[in-house]
Amino acid sequence: MMKQTLAALALLMASTTLAAAEGELQLYNWGNYTSPELLAKFEKETGIKVIVTDYDSNDTALAKIEAGGSGFDLVVPSANYVPIWIEKGLVQELDLSKIANHKNIAAEWMNVDYDPGRKFSIPWQWGTTGMAVNQTAYSGDVNTSAIFLDPPPELVGKVNVTPEMNDVLALATMYMGGAPCSEDAELMKKVRDKLIEAKPKWQSMDYGMTEKMAANDVMASLYWNGAIFRARLENPEVKYGYPKEGYILWMDQVMLLKDAQHVDEAYKFLDFIAVPENAAMISAFARYANGIAGSDAFMPDDMKDAPEIVIPAELKDKGVFMKTCTGKAQDYITAIWTELQK
Amino acid sequence: MADRSFSVARLPGFTTTAMIVFLALYLPILTLVFYSFNAGNSVAVWQGFSLDWYRRAWANDAVKDATLRSLIIAVFAAIIATTVATMAALGTTRRRAFKGQTFIYVMINQPLMVPEIVTAVALLIFFAQIKVFTGYTGLGYLIAAHSAFCVPFAYLPIRARLEGMDLSLETAAADLYASPWQTFRHVTLPLLLPGIIAGAMLAFVISLDDVVITEFVKSGGQDTLPTYMLGQLRRQLTPEINAISTGLLALTVLLLTAFFLLTRKQDA
Amino acid sequence: MSAAEDAARRTSDRNGWLLSTPALVLLTLAAAGPLLIVVVYSFLSPGEYGNVVWNFNLDGWRGILFSRDVFDDTLVLADAHLTIFWRSVWLSILTTVITFAVGFPTAWFIATRPPRQRTLWLFLITIPFWTNLLIRTFAINEVIRNEGLLNTLLMRTGLIDTPLQIIYTDTAVLIGMTYVYLPLMVLPLFAAIDRFDMRLLEAGYDLYASRWNVLRRIILPIVKPGIIAGSILVFVPSLGAYVTPRILGGGKNMMIGNFIELQFGQGRNWPLGAALSVTLLVIVTVALLVYVRFANKDQGHG
Repeated sequence: MMKQTLAALALLMASTTLAAAEGELQLYNWGNYTSPELLAKFEKETGIKVIVTDYDSNDTALAKIEAGGSGFDLVVPSANYVPIWIEKGLVQELDLSKIANHKNIAAEWMNVDYDPGRKFSIPWQWGTTGMAVNQTAYSGDVNTSAIFLDPPPELVGKVNVTPEMNDVLALATMYMGGAPCSEDAELMKKVRDKLIEAKPKWQSMDYGMTEKMAANDVMASLYWNGAIFRARLENPEVKYGYPKEGYILWMDQVMLLKDAQHVDEAYKFLDFIAVPENAAMISAFARYANGIAGSDAFMPDDMKDAPEIVIPAELKDKGVFMKTCTGKAQDYITAIWTELQK
Repeated sequence: MADRSFSVARLPGFTTTAMIVFLALYLPILTLVFYSFNAGNSVAVWQGFSLDWYRRAWANDAVKDATLRSLIIAVFAAIIATTVATMAALGTTRRRAFKGQTFIYVMINQPLMVPEIVTAVALLIFFAQIKVFTGYTGLGYLIAAHSAFCVPFAYLPIRARLEGMDLSLETAAADLYASPWQTFRHVTLPLLLPGIIAGAMLAFVISLDDVVITEFVKSGGQDTLPTYMLGQLRRQLTPEINAISTGLLALTVLLLTAFFLLTRKQDA
Repeated sequence: MSAAEDAARRTSDRNGWLLSTPALVLLTLAAAGPLLIVVVYSFLSPGEYGNVVWNFNLDGWRGILFSRDVFDDTLVLADAHLTIFWRSVWLSILTTVITFAVGFPTAWFIATRPPRQRTLWLFLITIPFWTNLLIRTFAINEVIRNEGLLNTLLMRTGLIDTPLQIIYTDTAVLIGMTYVYLPLMVLPLFAAIDRFDMRLLEAGYDLYASRWNVLRRIILPIVKPGIIAGSILVFVPSLGAYVTPRILGGGKNMMIGNFIELQFGQGRNWPLGAALSVTLLVIVTVALLVYVRFANKDQGHG
């Protein structure tokens, strides 16, 4: 009896500690960013089960993968981080012959300067970073970074600033009159002072604003358009604004990790998400636009004229696409951020 | 004496405070349990009775996955920790104090004294190197980590039981020419069993509950129930969390009741 | 001492060591050993995006108290770091004091129940003790958040108009920690009071002592070991708290635990994180030694 129990236990242990299981894929993605329907459809078509693990920021993802032995196969970094991932040798170049749908990538997103020809990444979604305000707390102008840098009296102590370093610094730099990735020490000093001055007026530095603004836990926040779109669907008082001093455009893309253990499954997934219908499914869930041509036909109607998706004409040229900063600029950003975080 | 009902043990305001404390301790937990049965989405407005959230939690693959993983780790950790702790208890009790015994004692109880975040960070660094070196990213690390910090929790009840045991039975067995191994297997072990079981159950509960160390040591897709809940707590605040919490709570209460009954018999 | 007794003693000692070896091995590999690695890492250089570069560097230790101003390249006192340390210590002390203030009457209450009832009360206090830390933090979150139990009640009864902003403040973290660690104070206090001889109280009252004096001069000194044990059990985890401040503090009111985690994530400064961990461990050990010294000192006089 003892021997049999021990044998059974040993088997159980062996089965649970098997490193790679067949028909499985480990996707490391932003929180609340992957459509469950997409995964269900993928599993139905290919039999591969996708397990999603969340992260909240580009830095967290990079830190976790850098540490080694994470066990993930795919990761979804933002454009300004892509060159870092490539340079550090954390991702592998894609074998495009295995991704037939690669040609579906929209023309304007195909030859981006951080990955020309899309040899390393497949677009996931793109969007903007701006201000979200609950109109019951403040009914003034939402299209300004002053919401978090010089909060109006009604919002003092009620603003959340999401701890995404590059986004926050970029908005703050533009507010102080510069361009993101500035190497101007004088300007950055002013940016630092402004941020430090503003911090006591913030309520928190947290994620999950979709739920928190929907639940009225947070009245204003620096956040991403699609997430705020979803908050507005639950709570109509939430309004999204594009800071007129300058706001950010970003894109996230899926990349294959160098030490991925489910490479075949990963290629199937990369091919799958480049199909217009599937890309539209991704967008329909998270409420962001995507970079696959032809997906517009399949997008949900409310995205066609939503204020979070359609940028007002007068603010269109205030958007700046997030780029990778030079070493010196990044040093300034990191140093200011570290000071701010404490 | 003027005050007929003067009770020596009564101190003014103490009973009231105690009552308030009990209330304050249970109110949040009971509220949490209560709203897990809420038909609506809110956690503050009652909208009717419903088992919907339990159904949803159970249908949620991630929850099932995390629960199964939690249970597997807890079972293995409890077995390993209890075995190791039993041997250590036998080695450090009821014998003459030997050199280095304090060292053993400190090592065994060290997880209780070191803040969890420090251990978590240490294991993160240590295991990361091993993961890169061997390429193995399975549950072994979590099981090892859990076993380690469960040892003191298994050790203490076993040691307590061992110290309270009557040596005369074992001496009698030896008098009857039983070998040390026979004495152990037929006399010591059965007497010790309640302590061992109590230790195993404590270890199990502690492993199930761990958040910090698991959060740092886990690899891709290795969420346990607490780390899943931690992830959700920073975003979703639907009553699904309430349902999961109530389930976990029920399991803990069950195990605790068993523990209490086991250790009560010992006093009898 | 005969040779046989000597041999028996040596066998006993050897068996003691042999039996303890598996425990020692497990704990060295998966608990104590890695702590040494942390110490080593605190002396290395941070990698650009996390992990370490194997260069000897004292910046990790310097970074605890000082930071290099990126514009002037001067070393300035990192008062933000000190704020976090101070917040952690202060909140932990407050938590310990509050849990003692309400925990002592509770322990007293349980210990003075008739024996049959006592087990029930003990059981009732043990359940929160063993309930998952996350569940307890979540439960308190439900009570104090803007649309939570407390605010809803206060608004319904008309006592306030807009919700009290408790969540995401230091107060929220304090309330959370007090709630979470209260059972850890009550149980050791109960154990000590349980052993207390009530006849001493009779003697005190016979000598016309007031209740307050009886409390101060008779009860407290005798249950001191319990007070010390309870205080340690609350202070140590409070100081290293991570989950509770993370959920209730909103990422802004960091305690040492959160600050350490930051270095291994966004902060990308493993050596600093390692140095902070070692510092935390040292503070905790010192606190423990101080407490234990207090306990032994008094036992000497008794």
